[in-house]
Amino acid sequence: MSEKTKTSEECSRRQFFTHISITLGSLAALMVGIPIVGSILAPIVKKPKPIWRPVGELRSFTLDEYVKVTFVDDSPLPWAGITAETAAWVRRSNNDELTAFSVNCAHLGCPVRWVSGAKLFMCPCHGGVYYSDGSVAAGPPPRGLYSYPARIKDGQVEIKTSPIPITTV
Amino acid sequence: MKFFNNAWNWFEDRTGLMGAVWPIMTHAVPKNSASWFYVFGSATMFAFLLQVATGVTLAFMYVPAAGDAYQSLEFITNQTTFGRIVRGLHNWGASAMILLVGLHMIRVYMTASYKFPREMHWISGVVLLALTIIMAFSGQVVRWDQTAVWSTIVAAEQAGRIPFIGTWVADFLIGGDTIGGATLSRMFAYHVFIVPALLIIFLAFHLYLVIKNGISEFPKAGEPVDPKTYREKYEASVKRDGVPFWPVAAWRDMVFGFIVITTILLIAVIIGPPDLGAPPNPSNIDALPVPDWYFIFYFAFLALMPPPMETVLMVFGPLLVGLLLFALPFISNRGERSPLRRPWAVAMVALTIGSISGLWAIGITSPWSPRFHAEPLTVEIIGADSGPVYRGGEYFNDKGCLYCHTISGHGGLRGPNLTYIGDRLTTNELTWRIMNGGLNMPGFGGTLTNDELSDLATFLKTRKHLNPQPSSSGGD
Repeated sequence: MSEKTKTSEECSRRQFFTHISITLGSLAALMVGIPIVGSILAPIVKKPKPIWRPVGELRSFTLDEYVKVTFVDDSPLPWAGITAETAAWVRRSNNDELTAFSVNCAHLGCPVRWVSGAKLFMCPCHGGVYYSDGSVAAGPPPRGLYSYPARIKDGQVEIKTSPIPITTV
Repeated sequence: MKFFNNAWNWFEDRTGLMGAVWPIMTHAVPKNSASWFYVFGSATMFAFLLQVATGVTLAFMYVPAAGDAYQSLEFITNQTTFGRIVRGLHNWGASAMILLVGLHMIRVYMTASYKFPREMHWISGVVLLALTIIMAFSGQVVRWDQTAVWSTIVAAEQAGRIPFIGTWVADFLIGGDTIGGATLSRMFAYHVFIVPALLIIFLAFHLYLVIKNGISEFPKAGEPVDPKTYREKYEASVKRDGVPFWPVAAWRDMVFGFIVITTILLIAVIIGPPDLGAPPNPSNIDALPVPDWYFIFYFAFLALMPPPMETVLMVFGPLLVGLLLFALPFISNRGERSPLRRPWAVAMVALTIGSISGLWAIGITSPWSPRFHAEPLTVEIIGADSGPVYRGGEYFNDKGCLYCHTISGHGGLRGPNLTYIGDRLTTNELTWRIMNGGLNMPGFGGTLTNDELSDLATFLKTRKHLNPQPSSSGGD
């Protein structure tokens, strides 16, 4: 049947076919899209629970000096290997008070180093510098170092696992 | 022979492939587009095809698991037949693709080929540029070593600055809120499935457009584009003195492509793939995550932008550049195409190349980074082996001064060179500066004892053009 001779009935028949085809296609895509997109986006919403990780005996920490401690993050997958490791700077003060900072610079996340002689944290990437209390001493960081919860339990220093601190606006 | 002829005829009869492809291959193109200026697009595509072939080959041997990828890369490099060369090809092929995409873009911009009716050529090209950049970055990350881990964190931190949804985007990138087992699997999926698929789709679209609207003729000054008449004039000129694309224009593409591929192969064989860094251990902080050469200028940009405007520049800078690129063919889609009549376009290209080169040169030396491995000052440089000057020199070495300041060629570049600081400042001024810091210097008043401070100032006061004897340098 050519375009010229098609009846209005034929026209609505074609419209029906068009609509049903597009609807079914979209519906199928939507249905399978939910598990696909959901699975890819899941890490945004699904957060692991923080865990207290022992990082060493309290007595082994030099007084008033930052020590780098290494521990396993909150959700080590079986195939993560060394990538599950993470680190923090911990200082034990006179009255057994603990100060713990993330090793990530508050600027763009590069690893800061404690320079003992200068009593400063320095970042190698873009030159961020922090005082021993974590506050900004120089360079581009918009805020001080992020602190980690730390505690003493049975003579052990423990750190609470935390996300990589993301500096937001 | 007759058998093969018959077989071919049968195949062509049933498929019609040659009948469909041949007219496209031999379609007429403007005579002056068969030019050495027009080889960069095809060369980019050849480099991309090399990336596909070598990438698939690497996937035969690479293990995209966070705990094992590093070992598999060592295995590919050291223990497989030709694996080292294939890794080298993939690495240098990426460099070539970045370079060629840049040259292609410059040529298209200089000859204003984005003007009517080729606006969509430019826009699909900008998408291809963005995808190429994403490939370059994610490729650096799947080379899963220590630099890859820290680069991923730096990327996530930049994403984190996006208003409102920053943390979500960061978590999406790394597959959770820490680096770990999920991170590499995701990066691998971006690098080998999602982005290449998009690249192929947009490349096909880009090529389709070149056939649909025809390749732009090499512009002549004084022949402006007028959308009302352009298509007619173009078709007439192609009819008048056009040449078949294959092989009259294409042979140059093949020659240049051959040179590109051969060069990549030579570099891959002679220099080989980039060294793997330390293993991807996020707790190993002895790292300086400098990106591959093509991102060094951006690395420098991140270090040099003024902190108060940082978030704006980090998030909206790339966005603005992207928007401007997209908008270009709508800002001007008619008028002169010749660079001889578009001095501002030439200036823009010069300015862009100049800024990128400048940032690149600064990025190579990274003067803003403390030099943790700087050579300490020697006794000869200090000029004393006991007393306050000697002790001050040792404090300079030990208290972190050395990482940022240079004296007689030793030390970092972050702060001013202090080789002759004694000529400029008095001992009191020196003491004041050290205690309070200033500009980008931390104050050391809280960490140095009075004696240390006094020795340091005494030592620095001896840094003069004519170095006096230590005994005569007590103060002012």
